[in-house]
Amino acid sequence: MSVRRLWVMARKEVVQILRDPRSLAIVIVMPAILVILFGYGVSLDLKGLPVYVYDQDGSQQSQDLLKRFQSSEYFHVARVVNNYRELTRALDDGSAKMGIVIPWNFSEKLAEGGPIQIQALVDATDDNSANVLMGYTQGVVQEYSAEVQAEFLRQRGIAMQTAPIGVETRTWYNENLESSAFIIPGVLALVMSVIGAFLTSLTIAREWERGTMEQLISTPVSASEILFGKLLPYFVLGMGDTIVSALIAIYWFKVPFRGSFLTLLASSAMFLVVVLAMGFFISVLAKGQFAASQIALLTTFLPAFLLSGFLFSIDQMPTVLQGITRIVPARYYVSVLKRIFLKGTPTAMLYGDLVPLAIFAVLLAVLATRSFHKRLA
Amino acid sequence: MLARMKQMMIKEVIQVLRDKRTRFILIVPPIVQMLVFGYAATFEIRHVATVVVDYDHSQESRDLISRFTSSPYFAVQRQLDNSAELSNRIDEGQATVGLEINAGFAQALRKGQPAPLQVIVDATNSNSALIAAGYITQIAGGYAEDYQQERMARIAPQLAQVAPSIELEQRPWYNPNLSSRWFFIPGIIGSLTLVLVITLTAFGVVREREIGTLEQIMVTPIRPAEFILSKTLPFFAIGLFDVSLIAAVGSLWFQVPFRGHFSVLLLGSVLFLVCMLGVGLLISTVSSTQQQAMVTAFFFIMPAIVFSGFGFPISTMPKWLQYMTYASPLRYFLVVLRGTYLKGVGLDILWPQMAAMAGLGVGLLTIAILRFHKSID
Repeated sequence: MSVRRLWVMARKEVVQILRDPRSLAIVIVMPAILVILFGYGVSLDLKGLPVYVYDQDGSQQSQDLLKRFQSSEYFHVARVVNNYRELTRALDDGSAKMGIVIPWNFSEKLAEGGPIQIQALVDATDDNSANVLMGYTQGVVQEYSAEVQAEFLRQRGIAMQTAPIGVETRTWYNENLESSAFIIPGVLALVMSVIGAFLTSLTIAREWERGTMEQLISTPVSASEILFGKLLPYFVLGMGDTIVSALIAIYWFKVPFRGSFLTLLASSAMFLVVVLAMGFFISVLAKGQFAASQIALLTTFLPAFLLSGFLFSIDQMPTVLQGITRIVPARYYVSVLKRIFLKGTPTAMLYGDLVPLAIFAVLLAVLATRSFHKRLA
Repeated sequence: MLARMKQMMIKEVIQVLRDKRTRFILIVPPIVQMLVFGYAATFEIRHVATVVVDYDHSQESRDLISRFTSSPYFAVQRQLDNSAELSNRIDEGQATVGLEINAGFAQALRKGQPAPLQVIVDATNSNSALIAAGYITQIAGGYAEDYQQERMARIAPQLAQVAPSIELEQRPWYNPNLSSRWFFIPGIIGSLTLVLVITLTAFGVVREREIGTLEQIMVTPIRPAEFILSKTLPFFAIGLFDVSLIAAVGSLWFQVPFRGHFSVLLLGSVLFLVCMLGVGLLISTVSSTQQQAMVTAFFFIMPAIVFSGFGFPISTMPKWLQYMTYASPLRYFLVVLRGTYLKGVGLDILWPQMAAMAGLGVGLLTIAILRFHKSID
């Protein structure tokens, strides 16, 4: 391999990238856009969910109970209604997430004793919000019930304190439960998948489609020089994007960074080799840019989005799917990213992820080179 | 005019369906994505790896632990001897939740004082952590309540019979099993359609421009409006075909119920497809190469999906982002999809969404057609 020819190849590619200002602009602003998009747009911190109230009793006691809901940050008592129809309608059209119904004999029953049922109708379309709402409602009602009982006994001369269990929860690594800290480190993997797979597969597919690849091959440049020369500029761009994304994450979104920056760079370089080689491989297999882009989407971006643990926990997937994630390189990279950013895991403990990543990098690079030779032959 | 359009459409259909790979892309990837998405996308938590340290060794502490052991949400792996071991497990990622019961737990409960339960949650995934913490509070609350009932029965057996207690009857509507899948699948149908139709339309037009056949078509007697119509109608048909295909997988394979009227969903799909064709055409007018079209499309697709409320409630986003979501057609289509699938509501509730999509669709198509005229002049 001649360094000079490799250099010329890379320069040709750089000129081609620079000539298409939009693609270049996109490569430069894309990390920022993706990080901001996911940093702000992907939040599961539920607050102020609209709740409708149907108080059939309208007594001091029922108001007392409802007041407890108002004081929570999860709820926002949006309206008080007077019939079921309005409540149903609000749940149907989504203006309420929950309706609380207090029966007409609530205060009567309280004085009388015995069990009383109050109702919570929950819009469970979004199971996640519904879960949080229901859990919290349950807690409020339980506490109220315990106090009512203690009061009932006190009035009859028996002192009994309520004995709650004080749950002291400490959330490690992401102390304030910020969604952004959980999401953003993984966005780096998305950024690189896009650059690697999309851009390379498209630029190379274009050379095939237009017939310029044959022209390149007829020059003294060797196959591996073409491969490395074409990928080198994208590698540099990708590394630049990694650094930009990491800086936005750390300085704009204040995502904690507790590990080694060097390990971040090293693992990013390996993952970049993986996606670039994938992109190259796809472009060799697929004829035409549309096919290449769709295959790139399917084999790199989607797995990085769905099967990497970026957003959805791998240990909650069906066993078969968990097995499949083992051959998704993004899985290892995302795991490294999350541990470097949030946990500050020392590099020596990251081998379980770094070694598979390195194996994938070598394997795919070899595969890309061989398939390219074969297509030329 | 009809004759010319018919010829053009025949050409278009042949062009799309001739290539084996394109045929493949229209059918297989949407199904695969639907399957992977359907299985991978979940915010539910089950069998979270949990470790326990019990310094109290009392009947009470064992009772509390057994409640966690029998809960489907937690998989209590083992009891450890001390807190340091517990910290290690969580640091190494072998456990997500650590429960620590200090000495004096039972004593506090017996005296009616708040009994502390220390909980450590790995919040790298802030969402799972939040849900797990909610379940822990519920389990502890349930135990405390039962404990109090027992004690009351001991201290004052007669009064315990008549003491008031408030029970919460929770009814999760639309999705009674709180299944994440039911929540996600309608959203996936919308997102996959969006990606497919936009890329297909944008690529279809840009390819002609890139290869130079657009000029050839423009010198024929066909008018630009006829060209656009006959170019997009086949994509419209393909889009509708793919919506049905993916929807069938959702209903037949994942057993998501369909409770509304088919005609309402059809109307929503038609309006949504019009919007998507408009976006695709618009992208094609600002792109001269397929690579440009791809990256531009990508920049529309990502925000459109994130801002749609696809997996993350819009109400949790910052206000300025919430306003931006009004520009995403997918936002409205998702309400229609979830409304018809899960809620079974009709046009009386969904008309605002339909109106918004119709407005956006007409607007987008008009701009696209105007720009298209300019781009060929």
